[in-house]
Amino acid sequence: MQIFGKTQDNLWTLIAAPTIWAFHFLFCYFLAAYQCAPNADPFTRIGGTRLAIGVVTVVCLVLIGLIVRRSWREWRVDGGGTRNNQDTPEARERFLEFSTLLLAGLSFTAVIFETMPVLLIGDCR
Amino acid sequence: MRRGQASSIFSVIALLSSCTGPQTAFDAAGVEAQRVLALFWVLLTGAVAIWLLVIGLSYYATKGDPAKHSEKTGLRLIIWGGCVFPTVVLAALLFWGLKMMPELRRPADGPTIAVAGERFWWRVAYDVDGDPGAVRNLPQGGVPSANEIWIPVNKRSEILLGSPDVIHSFWVPSLAGKMDAIPGRVNRLILEPTELGIFNGACAEFCGTAHAQMGLRVVVASEEDFARYVRAQAEPAAVDESVGLSLFLQNGCGGCHSVRGTPADGDVGPDLTHVASRRTIAAGLLPMTEENLAAFIAAPDHLKPGVEMPAFGVLPDAEIEQISEWLGSLE
Ligand code: HEC
Ligand SMILES: [Cu+2]
Repeated sequence: MQIFGKTQDNLWTLIAAPTIWAFHFLFCYFLAAYQCAPNADPFTRIGGTRLAIGVVTVVCLVLIGLIVRRSWREWRVDGGGTRNNQDTPEARERFLEFSTLLLAGLSFTAVIFETMPVLLIGDCR
Repeated sequence: MRRGQASSIFSVIALLSSCTGPQTAFDAAGVEAQRVLALFWVLLTGAVAIWLLVIGLSYYATKGDPAKHSEKTGLRLIIWGGCVFPTVVLAALLFWGLKMMPELRRPADGPTIAVAGERFWWRVAYDVDGDPGAVRNLPQGGVPSANEIWIPVNKRSEILLGSPDVIHSFWVPSLAGKMDAIPGRVNRLILEPTELGIFNGACAEFCGTAHAQMGLRVVVASEEDFARYVRAQAEPAAVDESVGLSLFLQNGCGGCHSVRGTPADGDVGPDLTHVASRRTIAAGLLPMTEENLAAFIAAPDHLKPGVEMPAFGVLPDAEIEQISEWLGSLE
């Protein structure tokens, strides 16, 4: 099943997922710091901040999920495989697809880890 | 070889002996320290188990016969052992640690004590109305003291931390983790001791020449003793018309030190109203004795290089002795 066609993978598709991860990290970091750095009242609940982070997290996870799906399909087009040490366009393609898949998986997990604090901590303590 | 073995055994023993005593996280006497210690043991055990597993696998991969397994088995090992397992373990540890944080920092039910890290000693004030963070500087007032902090046992005391100069870090390993004392910000640390005793603390953030000699004592007392102690500290000094007092005032000590009940009302150095009630002088450096007081007054920078108190070695020994004798009577 070839939906997106071949030879569409490049460096940009490869780094898309980690870029979303980086964005998510900075977003959570800045927003939480903006909320808590004044140190005004560590016991006030920060529902708004948690909600905002939750929404952004869902969006990021969906985007990374789409990248996972796409790279998975592209990779499976010619049966997957992890050999990429030949000097051929196919091997290059396969390398990019498989790396994209792994990086997207890692980014997905990382985004979930980054969200765990707002699930468990409800204020600026 | 022999000698190497002996010295390594010796250093292991030396290391182990530091696992008990008044200044070690391995001898936890407070709730936070106990939690952190549990976390440490779990992490250590897990790390050792995983290390053994990985080393065993790599031994098998080089010395054994891994080729007899199919590629599929290998792939499965990578996915389960290399991806799923670490992810689950890390998630569980993260969950555990994150859950601990707000619990350990929940509001106090004991006294609020303001502690300022100052180069190179700790300014202490009991009975302040603390409002962490609402102010950028520590609350003023309260009952002043220095370098020795009393707290009641089995109560959650709130330590408000600040600093007028550089960043310091307040650490009493037996009771809790460290917390920075930062200029322009008030941090809070909860100390919830579970045992009576005297514990050592230290500055854990390099702050200048005498950083390593910026210690403190924490005395964990019963609630009654704590209340009695603070009441006693609030009293003015038991002064008489001694020569020591007039020498103290004549030589300008009062420009930096307060002795409540006398004209000495300086605010640069530690409050000396009840200096003799403390166990140590110069931030945990020396035991509280009249000889040590005299030695410190004569040459503070000799005992504590970089100290922010001028030396008074130019004074005749007899005068220094009289001052020390008088200070030694201020319980
Ligand atoms: C320029 C200010 C200044 C003057 C003047 C000064 N001191 Fe100090 N003194 C300090 C500071 C600062 C410390 C804290 C030193 C440290 O431990 O880092 C200190 C510490 C002490 C201590 C130890 C207190 C404790 O609890 O650890 C004693 C005792 C003392 N001074 C006595 C004197 C006497 C006596 C004089 C007069 C002869 C004097 N000081 C003059 C600034 C001053
Ligand atoms: Cu310090």
